[in-house]
Amino acid sequence: MAERRRRVRTFEWSTLVIALTSVVAGAIVYLRDGTDRFLAILTNDLWLFSGMLPKMAAGCLIAAFVTRLLPREVVARVVGSESGLVGILVAMVMGAVLPGGPLTIYPVAGAFLLLGADIGTAVAFITAWNLLGYNRALIWELPFFGPEFVGWRIVMALPLPIIAGLLARAVARIAARRWGGDE
Amino acid sequence: MSLITIITIVIGIILWLLVATLAFTAAMRSKALFREGAYEGVRDFVVLIPRVLIGVVGSGYIAAVMPQDLIITWIGPGSGVLGITIAAVFGAATPGGAVVGFAVGAAALKGGAGAPQVIAYTTAWSLYTIQRLFNWEIHMMPPRVVWLRAFVSIPLPIMAGVAAMLIGKP
Repeated sequence: MAERRRRVRTFEWSTLVIALTSVVAGAIVYLRDGTDRFLAILTNDLWLFSGMLPKMAAGCLIAAFVTRLLPREVVARVVGSESGLVGILVAMVMGAVLPGGPLTIYPVAGAFLLLGADIGTAVAFITAWNLLGYNRALIWELPFFGPEFVGWRIVMALPLPIIAGLLARAVARIAARRWGGDE
Repeated sequence: MSLITIITIVIGIILWLLVATLAFTAAMRSKALFREGAYEGVRDFVVLIPRVLIGVVGSGYIAAVMPQDLIITWIGPGSGVLGITIAAVFGAATPGGAVVGFAVGAAALKGGAGAPQVIAYTTAWSLYTIQRLFNWEIHMMPPRVVWLRAFVSIPLPIMAGVAAMLIGKP
């Protein structure tokens, strides 16, 4: 497994692109609509952002401690030993709970495939990490959308890892029957 | 106080109780573990603030200059399943990191897009983040798992959007 690296990079190209776009958009608003509208948008967004700061801080701290207290090997072993619908449910919970970026998640998924979990379990795990991970929801999504939107978005996403896992199993079974090979 | 406000406060309290429990557990194991965890958590938070701030404030200005009637026609609240599908396709095609995906989604929402459509957008973007797929997933997972995951993920953003539309939330 790759060693744990810095989860958060200090600089990213996509941030720069958004920053430049924002400056241009801000300038257009200022010149077109005047100072009042410019300041109204700024204060409105800063207000939402400042309200979410404590939760972002909690999200960062939870991630940092869970990374140390819940070894990835344990997650791989727990998920790898389960099968059936239980396996998919366990994978979903682990995917939502395990913090970290792609460097953490993909090796774990790969490890429990080796330990005997089926492809549906791996798909449910990655899907849960993508859609239900508290890490991303708290740190990134919340300051942009606020709690009501994020809350409902997560409710809508709850069944999706299970659906993805079961679908993946079904497709893998059909593929194996038609073309042979392992499931 | 509205229900949402109360729930938000309760979630905040639960989160910090969780932080306290985890910090205490770490401190019981070893002082170094606690110190490392606290340091990394605080460091990540400080590094993240400017990046998220740029995106959040930027999305407000980007929303203000986006062509509003175009957004409402294509992915507005009245655009239905077609709008959800369009938003999902755009979400899957959006390149870049978390700031880009959420800033564009938030700008669309502020600019008149429907909530179910934006849910479909962010769901599709989360599932397909193209850079992550090609930079990491392809190299770290067996290819058949990657393709199978990409294939079975196709209906998921539309399901999430339609579900949101049917119950009329948020």
